[in-house]
Amino acid sequence: MTRNDLALELRSVTLQFGGLIAVNEVNMAVPKGSIVGLIGPNGAGKTSAFNIITGFYKPTSGSVEFCGSDGAARPITGMPPHEVCRAGIARTFQNIRLFSNETAIENVMIGAYVRQKGRWWMNMFPFVFRGAAREEIEIRDNAMRLLERLGLDNYADSMASSLPYGAQRRLEIARALATNPSFLLLDEPAAGMNPQESAELLSFIRALRDDFSLTILLIEHDMKVVMNVCEYIWVLDRGKLIAEGVADAIKSNKNVIEAYLGTGEARGDA
Amino acid sequence: MGASAGDKTLRNRALTIGSLIVFAAFLWWAEEGVDAYKVRIINLIAINAILGLSLNLIYGMAGMFSLGHAGFMAIGAYVSAILILSPDQKLAMWILDPIAPWLLDVQSPFLVSLIAAGAIAAVFGCIVSIPVLRLGGDYLGIATLGFSEIIRILITNFTPITNGPLGLKGIPPHASLLMSYGVLAVLLFCMVRLMNSNFGNVLRAVRDDEIAAKVMGIDTFKIRVLAFTLGCFGGGVGGALMGNLITTIDPKMFMITQTYSLLMIVVIGGLGSITGSVIGAVLVTTMLEWLRFVEDPITIGSLYIPGIPGMRMVIFSMLLIAVIIFRREGIMGMREFSWGWLLRDNARVNANDAK
Amino acid sequence: MFMQHFINAIGLGSLYGLIAIGYTMVYGILRLINFAHGDIFMLGAYFIFFATISHGLPWAVGAMIAIAGATFCGLLVDRIAYRPLRNAPRISALISAIGVSFFIENFTVVVFSGMPRPVVQPAALMAPITIGSVRLVPLALMVPAIAFILVAALLWMLYGTKPGLAMRAISYDIETTRLMGVSVDKIIALTFAIGSALAAVAGILWALRYPRVEPFMGIMPGFKAFIAAVFGGIGSVPGAMIGGIVLGFVEIMSVAFFPTLSGYRDAFAFLLLVVILLWKPTGLMGGKLEDKI
Repeated sequence: MTRNDLALELRSVTLQFGGLIAVNEVNMAVPKGSIVGLIGPNGAGKTSAFNIITGFYKPTSGSVEFCGSDGAARPITGMPPHEVCRAGIARTFQNIRLFSNETAIENVMIGAYVRQKGRWWMNMFPFVFRGAAREEIEIRDNAMRLLERLGLDNYADSMASSLPYGAQRRLEIARALATNPSFLLLDEPAAGMNPQESAELLSFIRALRDDFSLTILLIEHDMKVVMNVCEYIWVLDRGKLIAEGVADAIKSNKNVIEAYLGTGEARGDA
Repeated sequence: MGASAGDKTLRNRALTIGSLIVFAAFLWWAEEGVDAYKVRIINLIAINAILGLSLNLIYGMAGMFSLGHAGFMAIGAYVSAILILSPDQKLAMWILDPIAPWLLDVQSPFLVSLIAAGAIAAVFGCIVSIPVLRLGGDYLGIATLGFSEIIRILITNFTPITNGPLGLKGIPPHASLLMSYGVLAVLLFCMVRLMNSNFGNVLRAVRDDEIAAKVMGIDTFKIRVLAFTLGCFGGGVGGALMGNLITTIDPKMFMITQTYSLLMIVVIGGLGSITGSVIGAVLVTTMLEWLRFVEDPITIGSLYIPGIPGMRMVIFSMLLIAVIIFRREGIMGMREFSWGWLLRDNARVNANDAK
Repeated sequence: MFMQHFINAIGLGSLYGLIAIGYTMVYGILRLINFAHGDIFMLGAYFIFFATISHGLPWAVGAMIAIAGATFCGLLVDRIAYRPLRNAPRISALISAIGVSFFIENFTVVVFSGMPRPVVQPAALMAPITIGSVRLVPLALMVPAIAFILVAALLWMLYGTKPGLAMRAISYDIETTRLMGVSVDKIIALTFAIGSALAAVAGILWALRYPRVEPFMGIMPGFKAFIAAVFGGIGSVPGAMIGGIVLGFVEIMSVAFFPTLSGYRDAFAFLLLVVILLWKPTGLMGGKLEDKI
């Protein structure tokens, strides 16, 4: 794999909180256009890795390099979160974090703000800055289209907090897509879903990747989802990368079984 | 549905313009046709609405608990007053220390002084906000309160510029009813446009979940500094109008008590609601005036009840506590007025047309 | 001369410290800035004034009455204005506290009138004594002595008794402590009682030291004590005392050495607040702030 085919590369990334090493010398290379997974027992450092990539934590050492839709790879280590998003990385949260006092469509529109060209004060002079007014309407229309695409159009004017759980998860994804990313991080997208819903999630994630030409990295505890949808998997345990490879290799990996032993999670049949 | 929605938009615009004309005519009549005391209260309502709205922008809409509004009002009031006082008045007034020479001959029209008042308050607001907005919640409140007091102490001590504790007297009374309500109308228009645009969504997003907002690519710190600065602009303008209405200002006018009554307006009306702040301003202003009677002596027949000083504020503070305990969301919550709501349309009406 | 200022600073500082303890304990447990605390201090001063000057009771009896009265008022405030808001957003309770503060001040105006009243200091405390080159009144030494004894007693109570353990547990994690079977509301009430009692002591000593009382006398010392609490690291009792003394020194010494700046005396305290909040928001003795994603 040449470097130009990579969307994201973590090079010996370490994150230390006082004496605790949350992420330890992790190397990851995510190919463009792939769907890949990051798994591991609770407290393994998966979400910490996400927080490093999205700029919430600055790694103690190591570097993160990102190649956006413009094709140029650049380091994003220690970049503030809003600039990481601007560069083209979007994410969802393990515990859904929607803007609860806003409607569904407004949530999506907020996501579009990062690409909005009109400045805030232009809206005070609607007859002078017609372009800005038009852009506002476009943003609303695009948001509506995204909601339709994710099957949320019926909820457009409902308060985000009033949506059913599954719809809230999808709305979070819609909001992330509105930032026009080339890379999407999903933190436990199947959490709280029943088997049928998580089965639907598989095709949904693949369709997302194809329709929005994304690279997707996901954290997931539902092994069925991970093994079925991910083309490549990294396994973290206590901050360290203990295995990586395709689903079949991971399933039979001794270290992985050991790390999960007693929880039974790794035995999910594909 | 599309056609009827269009009709409704048109109807709402017509209703808005119609009611504005009626209200302007009322103000024009009231200026001469109502006794001076009532004119003053009507005027004070507009100014308090301006101040309440600007504090609501900071606290209700952007979620920054600021207790520093009185300080920014003071800056606005002093800037405007110094700009419109004539050189002769200034020479006569500065008796503790002579006025700074560069200030003596500066004089500008009222509207220019109003904008300068807002702008300088905004500059101070911006400078103050950059360090303190790193703090959250109650700490931010205390830090802004501290700055407000520092501003007041500086005004008291910078005699060559502010005439110190003696204050400024004889400020030309430019704040006519039409002027105050004109400024309020402009502010309302700007705020409604702002809050209904995507920027308004972003502001609320920063308030409700800062981390999620950052992930959405929003530079939350910049947005908060901006909102704080805009709020201070409003505070400066409101303070300037207040000075022009009362025609006398001194540092004691801008104590923390002043911020409390603005906080009362915002909380009673509803945090985050533009309509709420206007309603809050009407209620709090009239109530504070009406409550003056409890401090005045009353004679009923042969029974003489002496006035009780302090009673007004006792009732006022009890009301604040009662509102916060029993109806925390205030009168409007986060809702806004719209013609559709008034005329019981079922469809969600664009709040743009409310004003 | 310096010794004189030194004693003054320690005296003023330990009064700030006594008030600051109430702020710091309540904040440590409820995360609430009890705006009304400065007014409880004022009530303490008023109660002693009326007990002794108006009704001629002995000072010791008056002090008992003042402490009991202020403690009762502190408990009442918690019960009426704060307890209904335990599960509300924190700022709501803060606004309620602002309302309470406003209420107490104006209620005092209604009942006792807004006029400042002079306090007649007991002669025994004011007879000057000379130690080396320093001439001072016994009161100047009594103030810090009482303050330090009370702080020592409080620390013993916090670290050596069961209610003290419960208090520390609540400030660490209120929900878990509730599950452990601790009557949280009682412990919170106890916290308010201790804070109010200490504020009342400060009020009594303040009325003796700066001999007059008026309804708004609590505002500035209240703010400054809060600043002291923040400076020392909110939640820490020794921190509050240290913060108070630092503030006393800043105030007395700045004016002593730069008399031209005396008009800015109050600004220094606020400036110190802003600086400490920006430089080390958790204060000198404070722990680490958490930021959870």
